[in-house]
Amino acid sequence: MTEAAREGCITGIGIVSCLGEGLDAHWQKLTAGETTVEETKFAPYPVHPICPLDFDKQIPKKGDQRQMEAWQRIGTYAAGLALEAAGVKGNTELLSRTDMIVAAGGGERDIAADSAILSALPGAANADTLLNEKLMSDIRPTLFLAQLSNLLAGNISIVHGVTGSSRTFMGEVASGVDALRIALARINAGQADLALVGGSYNGERKDQLMLYAFGDELLTGGYKTVWQRGPKGGMVVGSMGAFLVIESRAHAEKRGARIMARLSAVMSERSSRETEPVVPSLRAMWGRIASRVAPGAAFIAGASGAGRATAAEQAFLAEHSDIPVRATGSYIGHGMEPAFPMNVALAALALSHGKLFAPRDPEIEKPMPSALKQAIVTGVGYWRGEGMALVEAA
Amino acid sequence: MRDKSGRPVVVVTGMGVVTSLGAGKDDNWKKLTGGESGIKSITRFPTDGLKTRIAGTVDFIDIDAMSAPVLTLRLAELAGQEAVSQSGLGNAVPGPLFLATPPVEIEWDQRRVLAKTAGANGPVSYDDLLRVSAQHPDYHSLFMFGSVADHLADKFGTRGSPISLSTACASGTSAIQLGVEAIRRGEADAALCIGTDGSVNVESLVRFSLLSALSTQNDPPQGAAKPFSKNRDGFVMAEGAGALVLESLENAQARGARILGVLAGCGEMADSFHRTRSSPDGKPIIGCIQRALDDAGVAPEQIDYINPHGTGTPENDKMEALGVAAVFGERAAKIPMSSNKSMVGHTLSAAGAVEAVFTLLTMQNGRLPPTINYNVPDPAIPLDVVPNTARDADVKYTISNSFGFGGQNVSLVMAREPA
Repeated sequence: MTEAAREGCITGIGIVSCLGEGLDAHWQKLTAGETTVEETKFAPYPVHPICPLDFDKQIPKKGDQRQMEAWQRIGTYAAGLALEAAGVKGNTELLSRTDMIVAAGGGERDIAADSAILSALPGAANADTLLNEKLMSDIRPTLFLAQLSNLLAGNISIVHGVTGSSRTFMGEVASGVDALRIALARINAGQADLALVGGSYNGERKDQLMLYAFGDELLTGGYKTVWQRGPKGGMVVGSMGAFLVIESRAHAEKRGARIMARLSAVMSERSSRETEPVVPSLRAMWGRIASRVAPGAAFIAGASGAGRATAAEQAFLAEHSDIPVRATGSYIGHGMEPAFPMNVALAALALSHGKLFAPRDPEIEKPMPSALKQAIVTGVGYWRGEGMALVEAA
Repeated sequence: MRDKSGRPVVVVTGMGVVTSLGAGKDDNWKKLTGGESGIKSITRFPTDGLKTRIAGTVDFIDIDAMSAPVLTLRLAELAGQEAVSQSGLGNAVPGPLFLATPPVEIEWDQRRVLAKTAGANGPVSYDDLLRVSAQHPDYHSLFMFGSVADHLADKFGTRGSPISLSTACASGTSAIQLGVEAIRRGEADAALCIGTDGSVNVESLVRFSLLSALSTQNDPPQGAAKPFSKNRDGFVMAEGAGALVLESLENAQARGARILGVLAGCGEMADSFHRTRSSPDGKPIIGCIQRALDDAGVAPEQIDYINPHGTGTPENDKMEALGVAAVFGERAAKIPMSSNKSMVGHTLSAAGAVEAVFTLLTMQNGRLPPTINYNVPDPAIPLDVVPNTARDADVKYTISNSFGFGGQNVSLVMAREPA
């Protein structure tokens, strides 16, 4: 089969975030320049909350919903939207050869049970024994399945019937980049025809916020756009789910699927944050696609807002000041594992409309009146991992 | 240099292993073929009030303070070092790292420290923990999901973005599968695939216990893991790591490396039936094994030995036997199939990698490790489990199965030497 026939095409997108559910809701808010921020519930940390979702629409069995925690419900929901958009949902033959790669964190805690245990331990005659007893009696037996990283994929298999393969990558932003990179490589190499790739993240969790608070990586003092957070910076996390159906051009055309955009390249790098900044790895990835970038391109930046990483990303972008930039983090917050698939989805959305959405930063983000033909998506992990994708108009 | 499908042949040029039996291939192989068990009573934390009080912990390694990510990293370093040294590649593996590793999370030790720092009078809430989190910056890198892989990528000089993955108890096998696929795509001449797990702590144990997955036959600990026996009552949690250096045959021959075995094929099929149970018709397991054979271009008649998932849970062993019977037909009863887990326990995220190393050693040494504790045969599982005592055999082709929660099924077909 020719290289063109094995080209990766995006034929389905399922996204949910604080902007709403689905492509239209996102486009409306992105063109209006609007976002939603929850400033009080997790104060001093602002958070972008997930929009209200009627889970019954994608997860019909209440029993399935009960077996999941929020991050899995968000992800299973988004995966259903993507399969539906691609015309794959319910098609057992296609689902049985759909390659699934999920980027996931996990470990959602039972806040009430943990708090009760921690409150009881100091007064106990033997704290270790009490911990054992409380864990055996207070933990819901199926909670483990709502915590395991690979059980988002497991739930997607159960609820939507995806059975071709099932792999879960872990490790913040880099896992989302590599999930897309490997799915695309498998399609380009003829190892697969069709893939479901993405992830989900629930940022509205105090146990989750602790992880970044350890590193003092969260924004305090009120919401600001990612480019306006000063040298110390700080992330505003955002709950989100993002899944993409990617398939070879030949496969998409044969079944008459609508191609929303082409996924022309996905790359990842790992620079040592101690000895070298992020810039060289972004430059290296840029070097591999630069000859293909033409007028009509824009950067969809995955900047998290974390001080050093975002400053480095901004320095790289400044080297290409002729190319307009939009940081999606100013709209939907930073979503860790699904952040990169989400940004590729938003790039494809903009390409399908043939134009870039509104700036949310008066200094860095310039209007783009001309037609959008290419999007370069960046992903810079706040502490490790860099990624870049080239997404092009269908 | 190419297989029947025209893809680069993928060979193994380095192997490393650590289990509750010991560190290194020599020690492990001696004890494994000697029918020794690494299962013992847990001493790492108090077990009062727990139904299961045994595990295959790795307690012979010095680490500063016990936490799952720290031990998980240390085990991976040991197995990885043994594999990379044997390969002769030096500490600059010319390819990616695929790491099967348990999901990391804050543990009770840290939660208790945070609660103490917060100094709350009366009830402790997550608001209290969150408020003082910034006072414990050392916890940050410890509990990032990508940390273990990041350290290993530096240590072994692997290229590109290291991939941390989880397919539950099939993780180690998935890591190998990803390595095989990358070399077949021509992305790299080599790959370092490691499965590691050092997560025997109180909550992990309780979680499996609450799902009724663990053996509760605490006395004697060595007798608890009884795969394929009628009186099997669950698996035994364990720790360990397995590492493989995979390489294209072309690259291995060009540099004169010793070839330890061939990764001939991989198969995978997800099960959409249930979160913890297999589809009762066995179709996903059958499909997974069949796909691995097809991918390898190996006929069922050629398989000389099966390294099963063989956990010792009533459900797994029944379904695995059913799957094997369906794929191999009348020959199923004659193909030796012994469970390493009867001796080392279930090393969870590491299991697939640990068992791939043991399967390769089985071919290399022409000796089948036994299934120990096999005293009450299960008439529903009429297989040759190599009961209790190792024996010699000429083994050219093998299959190794791994199955996990969440409908994960992966099988590997391995060959002793290139075709």
